[in-house]
Amino acid sequence: MSILVVAEHDNQTVKLPTRVVIAAAQQIGGDIHVLIAGEGCSAAADAAANIVGVDTVLVADNPVYGHALAENLAELIVELAAEYSHIMTATTTSGKNFMPRVAALLDVAQISDIMTVQSADTFQRPIYAGNAIATVQSDDRVKVLTVRGTAFDPVEETGGSATVQAIDVVTDAAVSSWLREDVVALERPELTAASIIISGGRGMQNGENFALLESVADKLGAAIGASRAAVDAGFVANDMQVGQTGKIVAPDLYIAVGISGAIQHLAGMKDSKVIVAINKDEDAPIFQVADYGLVADLFDAVPELDSLL
Amino acid sequence: MIDTDNCEQLGAEILEIVLEEVNDLKTRLIKARQNGRIRGFLRRAIFAIRVAPFQLKQRDFMKILVTAKRVVDYNVSIRVLSDQTGVDLNNVKMSVNPFDEIAIEEAVRLKEAGKAEEVIVLSVGATNCQEQIRTALALGADRGILVETDEDMQPLGIAKVMKAIVDIEQPRLIITGKQAIDGDNSQTGQMLAALAGLAQATFASEIDLGDDSATVTREIDGGLETITVSLPAVVTTDLRLNEPRYASLPNIMKAKKKQVDVYTPADLGVDVTPRVKTLKVEPPAERKAGIKVESVEELVDKLRNEAKVIS
Repeated sequence: MSILVVAEHDNQTVKLPTRVVIAAAQQIGGDIHVLIAGEGCSAAADAAANIVGVDTVLVADNPVYGHALAENLAELIVELAAEYSHIMTATTTSGKNFMPRVAALLDVAQISDIMTVQSADTFQRPIYAGNAIATVQSDDRVKVLTVRGTAFDPVEETGGSATVQAIDVVTDAAVSSWLREDVVALERPELTAASIIISGGRGMQNGENFALLESVADKLGAAIGASRAAVDAGFVANDMQVGQTGKIVAPDLYIAVGISGAIQHLAGMKDSKVIVAINKDEDAPIFQVADYGLVADLFDAVPELDSLL
Repeated sequence: MIDTDNCEQLGAEILEIVLEEVNDLKTRLIKARQNGRIRGFLRRAIFAIRVAPFQLKQRDFMKILVTAKRVVDYNVSIRVLSDQTGVDLNNVKMSVNPFDEIAIEEAVRLKEAGKAEEVIVLSVGATNCQEQIRTALALGADRGILVETDEDMQPLGIAKVMKAIVDIEQPRLIITGKQAIDGDNSQTGQMLAALAGLAQATFASEIDLGDDSATVTREIDGGLETITVSLPAVVTTDLRLNEPRYASLPNIMKAKKKQVDVYTPADLGVDVTPRVKTLKVEPPAERKAGIKVESVEELVDKLRNEAKVIS
């Protein structure tokens, strides 16, 4: 039994979520092959060969794989699929893009975002934004899985010595092409990657008042989020929304300011390690999930917090 | 839409398409006889004839297919059943999946901007999915399709049903939510694209629709990516694409009169047997209750020295 792990990389290095996937693959057991598909990706292939637990690195180096277009990548993986019992990748925007295509072409189900491995065919995964955990079993001959980035401890980056093998299959569906990428040089960390998040809700009263949070965020190196209520009220842009219909986050510290704690917001942040709530309504549901609650007017508390940091 | 000045050529083209369809239908009839699915065959046949004129000059007739999955409303606090078989759906408010609402809104806006002629909304599930179809019709979709089944529909099965509808309707663009907020799978749109051999643009935050292609800006980890996809294509929606409108009362009334066609998976010749077995569903580990602090000073002290999450 062999497992194919489709790596996420930038042609130079292998990204962290891939090492999390390899850790999950080790729990399933079997030879682990890592696929590096890209353009000018030999450095990434060498990096993959050094990762602990990898037996073979397969390299498909061709312009058609340059931007991980789902159509081309999925066809390549399908070409390789016959030898594998499991095909796995990370639950990232890239993995979520091509993997269901692989599953459909193989006429098998995909199990998304696994958080534990119970056996080679049984896994746990979150549903309803993590408000329920389902244990699911697949009877398909090949298991197509995406792995939650925070669910397994990544394997070590170096210490392995896999063989590197070139793949000369070129699959070009020629139905899509890449134009450009605008990777934003953010002044603050991205919501889904931040270790500290400070979010504002309807209690902020308007968009200008979010400036209060900015000063605190700058001192803590935090990202700024918002509740759906604040977005719906037009205070801030939709991409700041934390919640079931927004971003799902799990930082080390989550500070909820003027957020009542509607269920749809809680669903997006309740896996945070430490939750702080600042709200003047002491009955606000947010206090039921907060490790530290402060009943206070945010317009007094936030400037004071700012001055104490 | 259709160039009526050139009737003779138009007639010839229609004939050609009809003949093609007839040939296709012959093959299907043989299959349908073997499988005993004559009813489904007849539906398809009638449909094929009805859509023939629209297949003409497809480039000029921009038909958009959108989805409206029936899910537990995002504001409802879900409860896991004590026998661990699933989530309690009794007497729970059900709504259109929020990401599908964004898909519907986008299609309606494209139509309002004169870039599309028809918006069709599809829902797959039990009879009561009619409610979500009516909601979409009230938001501006032109007609609805319900593929009715009481089976536990999983992404692959839904994608196969959608592929069959795409074959019948021949839309130039399919817009679906990037995920449904019940299963959180984020698979169906991509699977449909694979099965139909179409290009895909997932997690869209902007769609620029042309005649032969669409330029789509996608939300990726750390930023945005812009790609071009040949039409027909499947696009899945992310949050920033638009902010859906609310249905007005007159539009809700009008929606009641709009056409909704009903099929079953068997009519479409699609096997929707679930592939994944759910062994149990449990609530997540509970958060332990925290404490109230008296002052900002105390809060900062706790964060620094007890939780050690700030320096």
